[in-house]
Amino acid sequence: MKILGFIIQKEFKQIFRNKGMLPIIFVMPFIQLLILSNAATFDIKNIKFSYIDNDHSTYSRELISKFEASKYFHVITDFPSEKKAKLAMLNGDVNVILEIPKYFERDLQKEKYANLSVTINAIDGASAGVENVYVNQIIQNFNKNIQVELFQPSNSNIASVDILTIPSFWYNKTLNYKTYMVPGILVLLVTMITLFLSGMNIVREKEIGTLEQINVTPIKKSQFIVGKLFPFWVLGLSILTVGLIIAKVIFNVPIVGNLMLMYLYTSIYILVILGIGLFISNFTETQQQAMFISWFFMVIFILMSGLFTPIESMPNWAQRITDFNPIKYFVEVMRMVMLKGSGFIDILPQVLKTVLFALIMNGLAVWSYKKTT
Amino acid sequence: MSISVSNISKSYKNVQALKDVSFHVNEGELFGLIGPDGAGKTSLFRILTTLLIADSGKANVAGYDVVDDFKEIRNCVGYMPGKFSLYQDLTVEENLNFFATIFGTSIKENYHLIKDIYVQIEPFKNRRAGKLSGGMKQKLALCCALIHKPKVLFLDEPTTGVDPVSRKEFWDMLKRLQQKGISILVSTPYMDEAALCDRIAFIQNGEILEIDSPQDIVKHFPKKLYNVGADNMYKLIESLKHYEHMHSVFPFGEFVHYTDKRNDFNSIELNEYLTSKGLNQISVEVAQPTIEDTFMALAK
Repeated sequence: MKILGFIIQKEFKQIFRNKGMLPIIFVMPFIQLLILSNAATFDIKNIKFSYIDNDHSTYSRELISKFEASKYFHVITDFPSEKKAKLAMLNGDVNVILEIPKYFERDLQKEKYANLSVTINAIDGASAGVENVYVNQIIQNFNKNIQVELFQPSNSNIASVDILTIPSFWYNKTLNYKTYMVPGILVLLVTMITLFLSGMNIVREKEIGTLEQINVTPIKKSQFIVGKLFPFWVLGLSILTVGLIIAKVIFNVPIVGNLMLMYLYTSIYILVILGIGLFISNFTETQQQAMFISWFFMVIFILMSGLFTPIESMPNWAQRITDFNPIKYFVEVMRMVMLKGSGFIDILPQVLKTVLFALIMNGLAVWSYKKTT
Repeated sequence: MSISVSNISKSYKNVQALKDVSFHVNEGELFGLIGPDGAGKTSLFRILTTLLIADSGKANVAGYDVVDDFKEIRNCVGYMPGKFSLYQDLTVEENLNFFATIFGTSIKENYHLIKDIYVQIEPFKNRRAGKLSGGMKQKLALCCALIHKPKVLFLDEPTTGVDPVSRKEFWDMLKRLQQKGISILVSTPYMDEAALCDRIAFIQNGEILEIDSPQDIVKHFPKKLYNVGADNMYKLIESLKHYEHMHSVFPFGEFVHYTDKRNDFNSIELNEYLTSKGLNQISVEVAQPTIEDTFMALAK
């Protein structure tokens, strides 16, 4: 026990003396939390919008004024011809072009039917989709008003049946993206820091040769591993703590659930990550290798965690893969507990899976760690 | 017996590092392994310190088998790897304290063992190990290897890259430790250090060539050795190398160490040959072979 305590003490000393590591541990997470949480928004605002009005009628102006009124669209200009509009799109000056055909108003009044052409820059597929929805919403709205105008005098007997839906967003009433991004980014930070540092740590001893010296001592395998990893377990939990404080104080994210439950889950979760880190360091010779391999796993874990893209929209085989992604469960648990106030029973499936991962990963890591070569 | 090695072999993928190596080190003996880089010295050290498992053969350290009783061995040996391998970001004192603690002892308990060495680095005890000079680092590493009072000490090229004065001091310390009853196995590529050991083993390409005391090992020199001198060193070596009866030619200080193929070597004949090559002030004398000559001859 005395030996274990001494190794942990030594480890902390080294962490706090490492000029490169210290900023990574304490400064980087907060910069990331502050920047990413503010920047990683799914709202699309200030869409660069332009139009070609070939009709110049009351209706066409009315339609355009609806776009002007929308807070999502920023009406840049109007183009006299389609050719000029396309050139502007090519230059990236505009992202959406609405073309109103000639006789738009006349057709609507006479035929009760008219075509509109919308061109959207789809270089970024995700935002193009959202822009399409916004455009359609405005046009439909316009359509409805026109219908009322056009059909009222002659067809007074046809009462339009209106179904009004008022969505209510539970657990995040204003659909504030920060409320669900902050817990997710916090998850990333805890994972990244603990994985990178633990992965690099034992390799570092290999690289500078101290592992050789340690191996000739009567120190036990378990003492060494626990002594090496325990400091990072503590670090992970302290990053969570500071992250939660930032979430509450700066982003005002509601913390509905039980804090102890979050810590309980995180403390198990970090064991999984430390196991992965140790496993990686057993198969690498230099810190550089360890870093690259950690990055490889990190990128896959992040993109398949459901943090940026919903897991439900992934193909079936990809969804199966995400079942083995510990970050996915951490993101789920954090959002459930923080925003919804889920209790222990609610997150039990995630807890059990995480415990299982922890056992498997640490088992593999300890098994592959050898004092002799 | 402190260390006994019998028929140890070890090969890596395509290199055979050790071929059927056998030797033993007596209690309280200072035993030197002399050989060039890549001779297999470090592999042997790693096997004896339980870091590497041999392909075949048996080895005992302090009465324990290196495979079956590796735990006991780790308690009673001190190992100083060739590469400096202490924590560079911990201070001198912290390093020493760390190694004392993981061996379940304290600096105080065995201070008498390291006192002579530690007093020299004590003024820097709050300095980080990474900021020490080469000689200081080696002294600290030796302290760390000694702090648990080992029965056997393994030193893998402890003086490589250390200045001559520190090297001399280091060997004086080894001599003192030996008097305290610690058996020492040391490897070195320097022949002058070999003379300071009780017994030495020549090792090359994973094979032991000869084992004897430094005084007696020169008797294994197979030929008669001559000191040949002349005014032009370069020309002398070139000429000797082309001499038809030449067996070996090595520059040695201001002379060239020369051996002849024939048993009835005639120095006048050689003198004439060298004169014909345009050399002056030629001298040919019988010389005492050194450890280096012996090694070179045996390694040929």
